[in-house]
Amino acid sequence: MGRYSGNAASIEALIRPTQVHRDVYIDDEVFDLEMKHLFANTWVFVGHDSQVPNKGDYFATEIGRQPVLMARHTDGDVYVMHNRCPHKGTKIVIDREGNTGKFFRCPYHAWSFKTDGCLLAIPLKKGYKDTGLEDSEAARGLAPVGAVKNYRGFIFARLNPEGPGFDEFFGDSLSSLDNMIDRSPEGRLEVAGPPLRYMHQCNWKMLVENQTDTCHPMVAHESSAGTAVKLWESLDKPEGTTKPMAMEVIAPFMSPYEFFEDMGIRTWPNGHGHTGVHHSIHSDYSAVPGYFDQMVEAHGEERAKAILGENRHNTVYFPNIMIKGPIQQLRIFIPLAANKTLVESYIYRLVGAPDMLLQRTAMYNRLINAPTSVVGHDDLEMYERAQEGLHSDGLEWVNVQRLYAEGEDMDETAVENGTTERQMRNQFHAWKKYMTMTMGAAQ
Amino acid sequence: MSFPSRDELIDFVYEEARMIDDGRFDEWLDLWTEDGYYWMPLDYKQEDPHLVTSLLYEDEFLRKLRVERLKGERTFSQKPKSRCHHVLSRPFVDEMDREKGLFVTHTPFHYVETRLDEQFLLAATARHELVLVGEELKIRLKRVDLLNSDAAFGNIQLFL
Ligand code: FES
Ligand SMILES: [Fe+2]
Repeated sequence: MGRYSGNAASIEALIRPTQVHRDVYIDDEVFDLEMKHLFANTWVFVGHDSQVPNKGDYFATEIGRQPVLMARHTDGDVYVMHNRCPHKGTKIVIDREGNTGKFFRCPYHAWSFKTDGCLLAIPLKKGYKDTGLEDSEAARGLAPVGAVKNYRGFIFARLNPEGPGFDEFFGDSLSSLDNMIDRSPEGRLEVAGPPLRYMHQCNWKMLVENQTDTCHPMVAHESSAGTAVKLWESLDKPEGTTKPMAMEVIAPFMSPYEFFEDMGIRTWPNGHGHTGVHHSIHSDYSAVPGYFDQMVEAHGEERAKAILGENRHNTVYFPNIMIKGPIQQLRIFIPLAANKTLVESYIYRLVGAPDMLLQRTAMYNRLINAPTSVVGHDDLEMYERAQEGLHSDGLEWVNVQRLYAEGEDMDETAVENGTTERQMRNQFHAWKKYMTMTMGAAQ
Repeated sequence: MSFPSRDELIDFVYEEARMIDDGRFDEWLDLWTEDGYYWMPLDYKQEDPHLVTSLLYEDEFLRKLRVERLKGERTFSQKPKSRCHHVLSRPFVDEMDREKGLFVTHTPFHYVETRLDEQFLLAATARHELVLVGEELKIRLKRVDLLNSDAAFGNIQLFL
């Protein structure tokens, strides 16, 4: 046992009002504790129910480091269970998705389980007669996670059976998910194709923080977005030429500081928050013919305008996803080690809306989130340099002080200047809470 | 050139790879038709570049942007610069449609990219759709299918 296990005070000491200790990013023991506590006490995104449209469909993923699978059961509901045979531990499925029919069958000794995880049958069952198997945990089948919520198609799970309720945990932050879903004339999203998968040699929290880091685009992305703007100007197109879609997507990254200051940041309790309260880099996309009329038809004019008038930029759902409502994207930052994070970037179709919207979304994904993306290259370079730099003993603390105000209360929702680092502080406030919730005092 | 011979098509594919490995990116840009696309699908046997994500689907503007960015003073992910290396197996000539002026090759290859102490290897197949523009062969579509396109990658910064 190291310095931090079972020692809530030592974890709390890593977070100061305007600074965090580098061990939150680089220490292996802290990382293990995150997996054990933080990712067990919070509601973590698992998948979208359109990934398992039919009975027997499954999707395998991780919550923190825990292998889980989500499956559509015969009752039509989506269940989330540990991907581990109760007999001898074999993973039940190892492909990312598929259809298992009416039941899962373990490939090792053929124990079988219903698609809600309950034990269905064991071959040569008589071998367990009078052994008391029915009282063992193995007889209960695939272990369920602590709690599951299907929120309008988005499946979240909490590993621990006890903990904050879903509504309590997310509160008003669900308005961002609502807005993304309401943009479909039918109020429904569908995942569109497989996600981009991008490996980062850095801590997962750097990525989460970067989602509301509004002072980096015009600097770190000068190489990509800045070059795009210059290149477009150099082409000297006649006045009024419509900008290509790619320019609409990439140029706003070069907006000046004032643009980001004015866009605003909202923070909610429990570590959630978003940039783009008033406007965002997604505000000025050209209208897609026919779409507004569909929305008016579906929702009425006033409501359609209200839905489309929200242009929230990045919404962070603590601990490890970000969504972009206006372009229907979700990125999940999957922690693999203190210095290793897998980023998966999904896009969704607005069911009933014109294809052009999905086309823009797919373009955004490959231009910004791909391992082959110039914008992605800019960001990853910064994260990896930071991960290395933090090993310097010159300083031990990371500064998150921008627009700090004494006595900040993270249990209050707040709207502030869009360049504040309050959302990062908000995340660390929640981090401390959910890390120590099940840790107990020093031993 | 009236119509390219088989050998000329094959030489073109080799020469393109060599330009990339030599870092002659401006010359590389001239190999394309104005409406040409450089496509790297994300999914095995993907047919649609528009409504699902690809790794790359780059028109002339985006190809230029990439090349300009590589030269940039503040392109920190290229400080120091990456280098790359193609090993091509002999291209198959799949189509020589003189009527349409369309020539298609299929080239399995290995690609190595390096920067600092890191080096990685990708196995891929390129499909070139070449057309004649005046006397010159140009790329109308280059589709690169990675053998492991569904795997997680770090930065891939140059051109396959
Ligand atoms: S390990 Fe699964 S049935 Fe034995
Ligand atoms: Fe960025």
